[in-house]
Amino acid sequence: MSTIVVRVKQKQIAQLIDKGKRLDGRGLNDYREIKIEQGIIEKAEGSARVLLGKTEVMAGVKIETGEPFPDTPNEGVLTVNAELVPLASPTFEPGPPDENSIELARVVDRGIRESKAIDTEKLCIEPGKKVFVVFVDVYVLNHDGNLIDASALAALAALLNTKMTNYEIEDGEVKFKPGYTELPVRKHPIAVTFAKINDKLVVDPWLDEEQIMDARITITVDDDGNICAVQKGGSGYFTPKQIFDAAQIAREKADELRKKLGW
Amino acid sequence: MSQKTEKLIDKKGLRLDGRKPDELRPIKIEVGILSNADGSAYIEQGKNKILAAVYGPKELHPKHMALPDRMVLRCRYHMAPFSVQERKSPAPSRREIELSKVIREAIEPAIFVEYYPRTAIDVFVEVLQADGSTRCASITAASLALADAGIPMRDLVVACSAGKVDDTIVLDLMDTEDKVGSADVPVAFMPNLGVVTLLQMDGILTQEEFENAINLAIEGCKKIYTLQKEALRAKYISVKEVEE
Repeated sequence: MSTIVVRVKQKQIAQLIDKGKRLDGRGLNDYREIKIEQGIIEKAEGSARVLLGKTEVMAGVKIETGEPFPDTPNEGVLTVNAELVPLASPTFEPGPPDENSIELARVVDRGIRESKAIDTEKLCIEPGKKVFVVFVDVYVLNHDGNLIDASALAALAALLNTKMTNYEIEDGEVKFKPGYTELPVRKHPIAVTFAKINDKLVVDPWLDEEQIMDARITITVDDDGNICAVQKGGSGYFTPKQIFDAAQIAREKADELRKKLGW
Repeated sequence: MSQKTEKLIDKKGLRLDGRKPDELRPIKIEVGILSNADGSAYIEQGKNKILAAVYGPKELHPKHMALPDRMVLRCRYHMAPFSVQERKSPAPSRREIELSKVIREAIEPAIFVEYYPRTAIDVFVEVLQADGSTRCASITAASLALADAGIPMRDLVVACSAGKVDDTIVLDLMDTEDKVGSADVPVAFMPNLGVVTLLQMDGILTQEEFENAINLAIEGCKKIYTLQKEALRAKYISVKEVEE
């Protein structure tokens, strides 16, 4: 729901976008400044903090042993969870995950899973019985719009930073030994989110833009320029042409970000 | 996704159930079948069997959730425990919570929400049997239930999936194609306005395949749209005949 300040800004934001400009000085297809820090939580196997403008998201990776899914007995398991922590925004309430945090987690999960970013076959300990389970927990610390892209970046940065303790099998039991191996990450899926305002699409909407947008679309792109996940959100609509254009721009932006981040 | 042994398209170019790549499954739609609901619809699409019911516009509880300038649309997508091979726990899963959200956001653009301030409309979708693309069939049924409830709408919302199996872009994925295939693209569409109200994708597609899949799904939507309109007419014309 729009706040009063946003309602005042609303007209200005929309009028500027109509002229190809944005209230914070960015072009329609520009991201805010991105800062990534990795390895900030020593007790997690992997961790990262992402600043996307004023949006701040942390992600931590924990690895445990568990059972594989019956339909993929030779593969490790990936689980993504997202918490909209109450200290991040006056609109976040404590309690069990609501539909927004579930959607956020599932969109991030889909990008990593469908691009086959993690080589899950290397996480198998004993086929059908024991595999490594990779838990990615996304923690939103400050909400200033575009949580999906920031969370996807944080999750990937944390996975790239993940070190697994070496192990050997002794009588069917996993025994850990000294030394670390890096988690086998082979793809770098990047989520690019657009907001539709006044029938125009803008990349990386900040909070004020999100509050007045008609609809949102996220397109996740892998290293080869393939589309691996899409999610439309919000109670508006897109024309097919807007979707195709968005996919094209998303592929360019993802490439640009990957180069910038050295991934 | 790992069971690559199964062939999804045979040498003649036909799919597991004998369909051509651009062919829909048999569809049966009925409108107004639940007497307690303000509007309802039932759809069978292949082995999918889905019920949708609408209650409202009605007073919203808790009252502080009501909006002064529009109605609140609520939606619950739920799968029956016996709807799938292995019993599904009746508690709402994360998947069902996400689908409830995207289905709501797919039908909301069609409704004149500003006509009913301070009220709520509940849309309940129960999947009695699931066989792939249930979210699409749910949207097709839900928008008919809304129309049956007499809610003013800009258009019916109709949905259909497309996807990629064995390097071919195909229409209306069934369960196995969804699980083993390489991409799934559900699309909801308002044919009169020519706009997309739901779009999701998982799998791997090039830009060209992605565009082809969406275009194919939209063609499928247009075919189902005709069936939707027929189903609405069937109910209301037969009512008129009884009166005469």
